[in-house]
Amino acid sequence: MAKFIQSLINGLNLGSVYALTALGYTMVYGIIRMINFAHGDFIMVGGFTLFYTIPVMRAMGLPLWFSVFAAIAVCVVVGVLTEQIAYKPVRGQGSTTALITALGMSLILENGALVVFGSAPRNVSPMFDLPTLKFGPVSTPGTTILTLVIGIVVMILLMVFIKNTKLGAAMRAVPEDKIASTLVGVNVNHIITATFAIGSGLAAVASMMYTTSYVSIKNEMGITLGLKAFVAAVLGGIGSIPGAMLGGLMLGIIEIMVKVYMLPGAYEAVTYLILIIVLLVKPSGLMGKNISEKV
Amino acid sequence: MKKEEVPVLETKNLGISFGGLKAVNDVNMQIYPGELIGLIGPNGAGKTTIFNLITGIYKPTEGSYFLCGKRMNGLSTHQVVAEGIARTFQNIRLFKKMSVLDNVRVAFNKNMKTTLAGSILRTPFFWKEEEETTKKAMELLRLFHLEGFANENAENLPYGKQRLLEIARALATDMKILLLDEPAAGMNPVETAELKDSIRMLREEFKIPILLIEHDMSLVMSICERIYVLNFGEILASGTPEEIASNKDVIEAYLGKEDELEGGETSAEG
Repeated sequence: MAKFIQSLINGLNLGSVYALTALGYTMVYGIIRMINFAHGDFIMVGGFTLFYTIPVMRAMGLPLWFSVFAAIAVCVVVGVLTEQIAYKPVRGQGSTTALITALGMSLILENGALVVFGSAPRNVSPMFDLPTLKFGPVSTPGTTILTLVIGIVVMILLMVFIKNTKLGAAMRAVPEDKIASTLVGVNVNHIITATFAIGSGLAAVASMMYTTSYVSIKNEMGITLGLKAFVAAVLGGIGSIPGAMLGGLMLGIIEIMVKVYMLPGAYEAVTYLILIIVLLVKPSGLMGKNISEKV
Repeated sequence: MKKEEVPVLETKNLGISFGGLKAVNDVNMQIYPGELIGLIGPNGAGKTTIFNLITGIYKPTEGSYFLCGKRMNGLSTHQVVAEGIARTFQNIRLFKKMSVLDNVRVAFNKNMKTTLAGSILRTPFFWKEEEETTKKAMELLRLFHLEGFANENAENLPYGKQRLLEIARALATDMKILLLDEPAAGMNPVETAELKDSIRMLREEFKIPILLIEHDMSLVMSICERIYVLNFGEILASGTPEEIASNKDVIEAYLGKEDELEGGETSAEG
C-alpha cells in the first residue's frame, strides 16, 4: 500500500509536469489549429535559464526560487518570438506547412542549445530546501509535494483565467468563430500572441517542476518531454484545457505505475501505445468535442 | 434629411469586383446621426457584400467609405470595430459554446486599459475592470430582457433571443453606427414584434443610427426613415418608404406585382 501511495505521488508529480506542458500544446492548438512541436523545447530553455540564474540569485542573496521568474520571462520571450518570426508568416498556408515549421523550430532550439550550452547534461541546483515528509510508511521529498501543489494551483488559476476574464473569453471566442471575433473588436493576432505567452510561461513553470524532481537537464530534453505532453494532450482531447490536465496527470500516473508494477523497461512504449489506441478508438480524446475537423 | 451635418457613415462610389465581376458598383449612401435606414434589394443584389465592405472583411476595389468623415479604407476588421462600426450577421454567429454573458463581455474591447501582463499578474486594477465589464454586459442583457439567461450557453437560447443577443453583443463594442443584417430572418411574428420593440428601444436609449438589411417589407416600411434599394450591385433608388413604394423602377425590379405593393403600403400606414 505504501508503495502504491508513493507511486501515486510520484505519478502525480510527473503528471503535473506533463499537464503543464500539455496545456501549452492544447491552448495553441485550440486557437490556431496547429501543433507547436517546439513547445517541449521551451521547457529546455526554461531549464537552462534556471541553471544559470540560480547561482546569480545565490550571489545576490535572494531566494533561489526567484529564478523561476527569470525562467518565465525568458520562456515568454522565446515563445512569442518563435510565434512572430516562424509561425506568423506561414499562418494560413495549411496545417502541413505549420507542422513542418514547428518541427524545424524545435530542431533550431535544440541545436542552438547544443551550440551554446554543449551536449553534456547539467544538474540544476535545488531551489527549495525542504525536509523529507513522512506519512506513516510513505516518505516523500517535501519538494515533490510543493511542486505538485504549485502545478495544481497554476492549473486552477489558468482555468479561472480562461473562464472568468475577458481575455479568456476572447481566447475561447477566436477558435469558435474567427470572423465574428474580429467583428466584435477582438484582435486575433493579439490573442494568438497572448496564447503563446501564456503557454510558454507555463512551460517555464513546468521546467521548474521538472528540475526540482529530476535535476538533470540537457539540450535534447525537450523532445521526449514534448512528445509525451503531446500524447497527454491527445489523450485528454486536444484543444480542451481540462482535458490537457486530466491527460497529463493520467499519463504521469500510468507511466509510473507501469514502471513500478509491470514493465520497468517498457513504460515509454506504453505511452505511445496509448497514443495509438486513442487515435484509433477515440481521436477526440477523453474530453474533446466529438466532431470532425471543419475544413 | 439633415444635410448640414457630417454623415455618420458615408460611402462614395464604393465598389468591389470579384475577378472582373462587379458585385457592388458605385454605391453612394449617407447615414446621418440618429437615422434608421433600410437597405433592400432582391437576393444576390449585394447587400451583405456592402456590409462586408464597410466592416473590412472585403477590401473595396473602388471608391471609399467614411465614418464621421474619417476615411476607413484598408482598415482591418477589428480596427473598423474599434473605430465604431458594429454589425450582426444574416446567419447568427454567436459563440455558441460560451455563456450569454461571455458573448457580450468579449465584445467590450474599447477603453480596456489592462495589458496582457496586467491580466496575467491579476493586478487589482485588472479585477476592477473585469468587474465593470461584467456589470456593463449585464446592463446590456437587461435591455434585451436576456439577463435571466446570462449563464446559459448561447446555443441554448431560443432563436429569436439569439438574434437579440447578437445585437446586444454588437452594442457592447461601443459603436457609432449599427449594421443589422436581416435581423428578422426566420423569426415568427411574435419574435418580429419583439425585435421591432428592441430596435425602437435601441434608438431611444442609444440614439445611434442603424443601417438595416431586411426582407420583411412590412418591417422595413414601418420603421425606416429612408430606404436604399440595391439591384445588381447598384443603387436603384433611394427615398422615404412612400417614395420607394411608388417608385416604378423599384416596383419592376423588386416589389413585382402591383397588389403586393399595396400590401406594403397598408402596413406602412399601420
